[in-house]
Amino acid sequence: MIYHQVLVVGGGLAGLRAAIETGDKLDVAVISRVNPVRSHSVAAQGGINGALANAENGRDDTPERHAFDTVKGSDYLADQDAVEIMTHDAPIRIIEMEHWGCPFSRTPEGKIAQRPFGGAGYPRTCYAADKTGHALLHTMYEQAIRRGVQVYEEWQVQRLVLENGKTRGVIAMNLITGQLEAFQAEAVLLATGGAGRVFARSTNSLIVTGAGQAMAYKAGIPLKDMEFIQFHPTALYGPSILISEAARGEGGYLKNNRGERFMEKYAPKAMELSPRDIVARSIQTEINEGRGFGDPGAGGYVHLDLTHLGKEKIMERLPAIRDIAMSFAGVDPIEKPIPIQPGMHYTMGGIDCNADGETVAEGFYAAGEVACVSVHGANRLGGNSLLETIVFGQRSGAAMLRYVMGLDKTRQGTIALEAALREEKERVEELLQRDGAENPGRLHEELRNTMFYKIGVFRQEEEMREGLEKVRELKDRVKKIHIAHKGRRYNLDLARNLELEGMVEMAEVIALGAITRKESRGSHYRLDHRERDDANWLKHTLAYRTDDGPRLDYKPVTITRYQPEARRY
Amino acid sequence: MADLDVKVFRFDPDTDDKPRYDTYQVTYREGMTILDVLFYILENLDGSLAFRYACREAICGNCAMYVNGLQRLACKTQVKDLKTTELFIEPLPSLPVIKDLVVDLDSFFGKYVSIKPYLIPAESPPEKEYYQSQSDRHVLNEAVDCILCGACYSSCPAVWTDEDYLGPAALIKAFRFYADSRDGAQKERLDLVAHEHGLWRCHTVFNCVEVCPKGIDNTSAIQYLKKQAVGRALGMGVGKRAAT
Ligand SMILES: Cc1cc2nc3c(=O)[nH]c(=O)nc-3n(C[C@H](O)[C@H](O)[C@H](O)COP(=O)(O)OP(=O)(O)OC[C@H]3O[C@@H](n4cnc5c(N)ncnc54)[C@H](O)[C@@H]3O)c2cc1C
Repeated sequence: MIYHQVLVVGGGLAGLRAAIETGDKLDVAVISRVNPVRSHSVAAQGGINGALANAENGRDDTPERHAFDTVKGSDYLADQDAVEIMTHDAPIRIIEMEHWGCPFSRTPEGKIAQRPFGGAGYPRTCYAADKTGHALLHTMYEQAIRRGVQVYEEWQVQRLVLENGKTRGVIAMNLITGQLEAFQAEAVLLATGGAGRVFARSTNSLIVTGAGQAMAYKAGIPLKDMEFIQFHPTALYGPSILISEAARGEGGYLKNNRGERFMEKYAPKAMELSPRDIVARSIQTEINEGRGFGDPGAGGYVHLDLTHLGKEKIMERLPAIRDIAMSFAGVDPIEKPIPIQPGMHYTMGGIDCNADGETVAEGFYAAGEVACVSVHGANRLGGNSLLETIVFGQRSGAAMLRYVMGLDKTRQGTIALEAALREEKERVEELLQRDGAENPGRLHEELRNTMFYKIGVFRQEEEMREGLEKVRELKDRVKKIHIAHKGRRYNLDLARNLELEGMVEMAEVIALGAITRKESRGSHYRLDHRERDDANWLKHTLAYRTDDGPRLDYKPVTITRYQPEARRY
Repeated sequence: MADLDVKVFRFDPDTDDKPRYDTYQVTYREGMTILDVLFYILENLDGSLAFRYACREAICGNCAMYVNGLQRLACKTQVKDLKTTELFIEPLPSLPVIKDLVVDLDSFFGKYVSIKPYLIPAESPPEKEYYQSQSDRHVLNEAVDCILCGACYSSCPAVWTDEDYLGPAALIKAFRFYADSRDGAQKERLDLVAHEHGLWRCHTVFNCVEVCPKGIDNTSAIQYLKKQAVGRALGMGVGKRAAT
C-alpha cells in the first residue's frame, strides 16, 4: 500500500496549486491520469479576473466591485462570503503567478494587461494573449518541478475510500500496467475538473468526465447545484472548440443572417459583452427563429465577426483563436467571420464544500471546477474559474496542512482500504468477463445527446422528463456493456468505460435537479417557468446518492451585502 | 472522399514479440482529424488500440505521433490535408514504445527538468508585479508557446545519435527563461546548456522547426543562445537581451 500524508487527485491548476502549498511541510503526492500539462486548464484562453486596476479605464476597480459583478452574474445564487474571499485573494494570487514567471501580456507601462470580459464593470481580465490557461498551467507545473512535487502520472483514480466519515485514501489504476493499487492518506483533495463530456457539443477536453464528482457522490458526499451548466455562446460550429470570449472582449460582433448585430434586441447596453447565459440564449433564439446560417438539423450557427478589428490586433491579441479557426474550420478571421453556436462549457455545480475546500467528511477536500463553494452560483463569469482554481487550490492546501498537523492518530483504515481494493479489482474483473451486448461508445453518444438536446440551453418539463427517462434507461444498459479488449496494458477501452456508470449518474443528478427547480435562474432557463423565483428557489440544491437514484435536499444561500435584484445588462 | 485505408503500428510488449501493422477501413466524414480516425477504430473496430489524447484542440500536447512520415498532433491533422486515403499512423520515432502509439517520454521530460525550467529571479520580488515592457515580453512570444508534445525531439537527428543531447524543446525552454527580463540566472542557464550534449550538438537541420505544431522557430533560439555562449567565452558578458 502506498502512503502519503496528502494526496491530491488532479494535476490541473487547482491540484498543483494545492500541492505546492502543502509540499514544503508535508509528504504530498499528486495523482493524475495525464501528465499535468495535459490537464484541461491548459486550454483556457481568455484570462483570469482580479481587480488589479491596471487598465487605463479600470483604475477605480476594487475587489468589492469584482464581488458585486460576480454575485450579480451568478443570479444571486453564489455564496457572497465565499465570493468576497475570492475577489480579495485574486490580486495576491495573480501577482504570485506573475512572480513565478507567468508570461502575462503587458500594458504600455509594463504592468499585467487586462481586458474587458462579459458581465464585468471594468477591464479586469488579466491575460497572456489568448493562451492564458497554457501560460498559467505551465508556470504552475514549473513551480511544482522546482519544489520537487511528486506526481503519479497516468494513474486513474477510481474510488474514494471513507470510513465512518473519515478519509482513508483512494484506489487507483496505473493506466500503463493496468494494476490497481490502494493509496493511503490522511487527507485527500479532489481537483479533477468539470463534467463537460456528459454533454454533446462540449468545449471541454475529452478527459473532462465528471470522475471526481461521481466518486464523491458514490462515497456519500452531496453534490451541489449540479443543474447549473454553462453554455458558452461561441463554440466553433462542428467540433465545438471554444472561441474565447476575448474575441468579443477585443471588440468582435455577433451577426445573424441579415447582417444585424442582434444583441441590440436582447441586451442593448452590454451588447456582445453580456453574461454568457444571456448571449447563448440570444444566439439560440436567432437560430431557432430562422435568422441563423446552415443546417438547423446540425444546430445551425451565427457569425462571430472580427474582420473590423484588423490584422494587427488579431495577430497580437487573438493569435490562438485565429489558429483554431484556420485549422479546424478553414476560416481566417482576418478575412471572414467565424461560424459559431452555443456549446456546453462549464460545470457550475460540484462537490459541496466551503471556502477552505472542506466537505462533510473529515480529511476530504475539493477545489477547482469539481468543487462547488459556491462562487459561480447559477452562472459563472468568464475569467472567474481560472481564478477559482488558484485561490481555492491555495486555500484548501493550507487547510489540509492545518488538518494533518493537528492529527494525533495517523495511517488509519488499512483494512478498509484493502477491502476497497479487493472490491475494485472484482469490479474490473467482472467488467472484463461480462458478455454484454451494449457497445459503450454508442452509450456515451446517446448520453451526451440526451443531455444536450433535452436538458440544454432552453429547458422545459416534458422534454426534461423524457431526458431523465432516457438517462435511467441508460443506467440499466450500462450494466450490459461489453469491453472488447481484455489486456491490462494501456487498455483505453477499459479505462474509459469504467467511468461510464458514474457519468450516467451525474446526468441523472443534473436532470433531476433541473426538473425539480421550477424557475429560471442564470444558466438554468425554463420556457415553462421564465422568471426567477427568490421566494421559493433562492437556495442551493444538494443531491445525495441512494440506490434508487438521487435524493434532493436544499440549503440556504449566504447573503452578506448584495440583496437580490433583477439582473439587467 | 473515399473510405480510408489506415495502417496502424501495433505493439504490446506484454504479449507481442515484435511490432506489426494492422489495417482498418474507416469511413471518411467531413472535417475528420487523425484523432477522429483513431477514436473511430477504438469504438467500432478494435478496442485494443492505445493512444494518448486530451484537449483535441492542439494545446495540451498529448497526441503527437508520426502520421504519413511526419511528427504531427493527431488532433490538429485534418485527413483531407494529407491528400491521400492511405494513412500510416505510427508512434513518435526514436522513443521507446509503451504500447501501440503511446511512447515513453521520460527522457524528454528528464532533459526538460535538467535545464531548470522555472523563473529564477535575481532578487526578491516587488510588492506588485515585475514590470516588463511590451517589447521585452514580445521576445518570449514564440518560446512560451511550447506545449511539450515531443514532436521536435522525435524529429531531431542529433537526438537519434546522441542519447544525452538535450534536444530542441529543452533548449527552447532554456531560451525562454534566459531571455525573460525577470530572470536573473543567465550565467547558470548558459552553463546548463553550453556543452557538447547541449547547444553545440545542434547542427541546424531545422527538422524541429518543420514539425513544430505551434510554429516555433527552435533553431533560431538555439543559435541565439550559441551566440550568447560564444560571447561569454570571449568575455563579452551575458544577459544582454536582444530580440531574435
Ligand atoms: C476551452 C475552455 C476555455 C476556458 N477558458 C477560460 C478562461 O479564459 N478563463 C477562466 O477563468 N476559465 C476558463 N475556462 C474554465 C477553466 O479552464 C477550468 O474551469 C479550470 O481550468 C479547471 O481547472 P481544474 O484544476 O479544476 O481542473 P482541470 O484542469 O480540468 O484538471 C483536472 C485534473 O484532474 C485529473 N483527473 C481527472 N479525473 C481523474 C481521475 N479519475 N484520476 C486521476 N486524475 C484525474 C486530470 O488528469 C487533470 O490533471 C475554460 C474552459 C474551457 C473548456
